[in-house]
Amino acid sequence: MRSEASWGLKAAALGGLLFLHLPILLIFLYAFTTEERSYAFPPPGLTTEWFAVAWNREDIWPPLWLSLQVAAIATLLAMILGTLAAAAMARASFFGRDQVSLLILLPIALPGVITGMSLRSAFGILDIPFSTWTIVLGHATFCIVIVYNNAIARMRRLSGGIMEASADLGANSFQTFRHVLLPNLGSALLAGGMLAFALSFDEVIVTTFTAGQQSTLPIWMLNELVRPRQRPVTNVVAIVVFAATFVPILIAYYLTRGGSETAGMGK
Amino acid sequence: MSSPAILPAKGLADRLTGTFWRRPKLLLALLITPPLLWLGVVYLGSLAALLLQSFYSIDEFSGVVKEEFTLKTYAELFRAQNLDIIIRTVVMATAVTLACAVLAFPIAYYAARYAKGPWKAAFYLGVMLPLWSSYLVKVYAWKLILAKEGILGWAAEGTGTSFIIDGILSIPGLEGSSLSTSPFGTFLVFVYIWLPYMILPMQAALERVPNSMLEASADLGATRNQTFRTVILPLALPGVIAGSIFTFSLTLGDYIIPQIVGDSSRFIGLTVYQLQGTAGNTPLAAAFAVVPILIMLVYLSLAKRAGAFDAL
Repeated sequence: MRSEASWGLKAAALGGLLFLHLPILLIFLYAFTTEERSYAFPPPGLTTEWFAVAWNREDIWPPLWLSLQVAAIATLLAMILGTLAAAAMARASFFGRDQVSLLILLPIALPGVITGMSLRSAFGILDIPFSTWTIVLGHATFCIVIVYNNAIARMRRLSGGIMEASADLGANSFQTFRHVLLPNLGSALLAGGMLAFALSFDEVIVTTFTAGQQSTLPIWMLNELVRPRQRPVTNVVAIVVFAATFVPILIAYYLTRGGSETAGMGK
Repeated sequence: MSSPAILPAKGLADRLTGTFWRRPKLLLALLITPPLLWLGVVYLGSLAALLLQSFYSIDEFSGVVKEEFTLKTYAELFRAQNLDIIIRTVVMATAVTLACAVLAFPIAYYAARYAKGPWKAAFYLGVMLPLWSSYLVKVYAWKLILAKEGILGWAAEGTGTSFIIDGILSIPGLEGSSLSTSPFGTFLVFVYIWLPYMILPMQAALERVPNSMLEASADLGATRNQTFRTVILPLALPGVIAGSIFTFSLTLGDYIIPQIVGDSSRFIGLTVYQLQGTAGNTPLAAAFAVVPILIMLVYLSLAKRAGAFDAL
């Protein structure tokens, strides 16, 4: 039965993949166009001046800085909380285990607008003013599941025997954690962290509800999309955002490739 | 001089290890408490706040939120204009889900049954990268594509197929000056953005169909088409439903895409965003946000009955 695929199937599969990838290439092309008022194709001319213009635009740097800050803190929090949750859930079976795993999954399973609106309602009721921390609060919440998925997949694959061996050889829990568990988990945690960073750096739906007047890089981009000025500059920033998500994803893939838990299945 | 079989406990770390060994529940509790506290307080707390907020109402004259229990805000959802928004969103989510299923199937099928070695990895990365790469950048790319002067219009003009685009734009309900201002454009972008979410569970389900079943089907005299319809498709269905949970739910809540591509008709997500922002009507925004939760609960219970959760 496993003969060659028919030409129709091959064409549809390859066509589908091209459909997924070609649009992104246009972003790169339009960063070099000389036309700044419309999206004319083909571009009337090519130039690299927009990179210099973007570099000198002062309204881009604060959002970039804020995005990096938020992504870094949210990733750190998610890595701690996600690893703890994975360690608890990997082996133990306890009352309410299914409910806990649903709770971890929920922030990413429900549409972002619900998470955003929920946080917004809570800030409203508790009179919490918007700050970097209100953004971090939302981001860390939906990043936990990313780290958790990566960590728990690796923990399930680890044999329990090595922990027992470590204990038999006289190591206490902390030494076992430091010298046995952590080296084995390391790449999975790093992959989870990378994906969490990419997700947080790029997030816009929840962020618009938790940012108030602040502007992260995706919010800056969104404003430019709604009210464009110097359109190619937006493309330059889009390339930066794209790279900031693309590179961590590739690293995460290479860190976990070959295993059954290849990173990224759980977005 | 032999050392004793059990080493004496030295220091706090050793003593704690002993305690954890004797009482594993204590270690479990210590591990699970911080993440549970975070999710319980921040996430469930916020969801509770959302529910609470949706039972408040807004004073029509002063625009101040009245913090008293009322069902008035929910009643507003049933106004014709608001029902329109809900129906439009559900129709869009259904259309997007169906289109995603059709487009995703060949990719998932090929990747699961034919791709081997480096091609398998290529297909995996080929779906994973668009899934994870920047959402806004992808939406922006489509604004470039669908714009009147953009690449699609250019290609249609060059090949003399502009009549197709004009034809689509003249269909009642899909009118617009270009695809980027037509509801059809909104639909296209939704399909593009959520397609990878459909491919992955579909592929996982297809990979689990054992080859022996296909051989058995062939041995029993079924043609390729019969095997496909009576063996592969039913076994892949849970994967399709699992994927549809994502495409449906994500379309229900999205508010960026209809804001950037389309005729600015309102969807649930966009309405929530506008109500809480410019309009300042947080209670109604909260009530609107409860709608996708309810729809998803119904959808999930139906999906569960179809066995989709085994495919997640």
